[in-house]
Amino acid sequence: MARITAGVGSSHVPLLGVAHDQGKERDDYFGPIFAGYDWTREWEKQEKPDVVILVYNDHASAFDMRFIPTFAIGCGERYKPADEGWGPRKVPDVIGHPDLAWHIAQSLILDEFDMTIINEMDVDHGLTVPLSMMFGACEAWPTTVIPLAVNVVTYPPPSGNRCWALGEAIARAVESFPEDLNVQIWGTGGMSHQLQGARAGLINPEWDNRFLDLLEAEDDAVRHIPHIEYLRETGSEGIEMVMWLIMRGALGHKVKTLHRHYHVPCSNTAIGHIVLEPNT
Amino acid sequence: MSHLDIHAYLAEFEDIPGTRVFTAARARQGYHLNQFAMSLMKPENRERFKADERGYLDEWAISEEAKQAVLARDYNALLDIGGNIYFLSKLFSTDGIAFAQAVSTMTDMSWPEYRQMMLDGGRSPEGVRSIREGR
Repeated sequence: MARITAGVGSSHVPLLGVAHDQGKERDDYFGPIFAGYDWTREWEKQEKPDVVILVYNDHASAFDMRFIPTFAIGCGERYKPADEGWGPRKVPDVIGHPDLAWHIAQSLILDEFDMTIINEMDVDHGLTVPLSMMFGACEAWPTTVIPLAVNVVTYPPPSGNRCWALGEAIARAVESFPEDLNVQIWGTGGMSHQLQGARAGLINPEWDNRFLDLLEAEDDAVRHIPHIEYLRETGSEGIEMVMWLIMRGALGHKVKTLHRHYHVPCSNTAIGHIVLEPNT
Repeated sequence: MSHLDIHAYLAEFEDIPGTRVFTAARARQGYHLNQFAMSLMKPENRERFKADERGYLDEWAISEEAKQAVLARDYNALLDIGGNIYFLSKLFSTDGIAFAQAVSTMTDMSWPEYRQMMLDGGRSPEGVRSIREGR
């Protein structure tokens, strides 16, 4: 039987991909960011997940304004890194897991989450940067990946509560898949950042760390944070953090924190990273 | 969030200083502007745009105001008429400038000042959470 063994939260700032691709991981600027991922890279080598359900958002790469799916699941065989305007990242293609992805898609729809199904798309930094952060440089990614794209660009994005409930439904779907698979779920994006307007550059370490505390908590208060609080406290792009709640919702009520990291800045953004496992 | 009053939900967005939340109203207003920006993902379109910006813009169903704002790279004006930052970033890439540098042009700081603010920990949320409440 397939099982979700861990949840990972991480920022997915495009500049981290640039730093990785240009060999700047240990320079003065990026060193303190990447140092916070050393533990996770070693841990992933031990864990060897078969599948990562990777929750992320597309940044006007695969999706433009013509179609705006709220929740979309990738059921394809493979995905190429997107050309985001300066050529695709030179990282391996992302290999899907269509059997599990279609099983999850069907299960979610029967569970009343009406997913959009994607068979072909390119994946942008939202998906490939977390892979680089967790696995470093490699010839082929050491896991298959099920992309789960969330609209956090055009308002309204899904509520935190809905994201948490989707995570719970994903966990049920995984548990009903007959093959013995080690599955991780990752929530990406955030933390505080605002990329637009006179208030650009907003960073709120107190709020971000309280959010990380709430992810570690046994209760589910974090699912009820309204959109307006993310916007006011963490900047207009801080709303991406609702995606972390899909990961957290999939882990059950009690979790154990294995690792946690926070750093400011990376470009316009606060970097947050957490590794949790279900504690039943 | 069930039975949320959509009018109250949307009204609160206008209470955040220096911020344009990308609402459905803005998405409608900026549709063609954002699709123009998206077209710059293709190298051949970038070349055509760079060779004749005005001529390329004239192929799109966007207002004269929007065309002038694109030509001037006035990103605050583009946000006001429905531009979204992830779409507008295709224009930053076409110009070959860093995302953060383009972002700095929307603030009252120079790029070196903005970069230093980020190195120093970013902009504090104190005083810029709510216009109404002044906090």
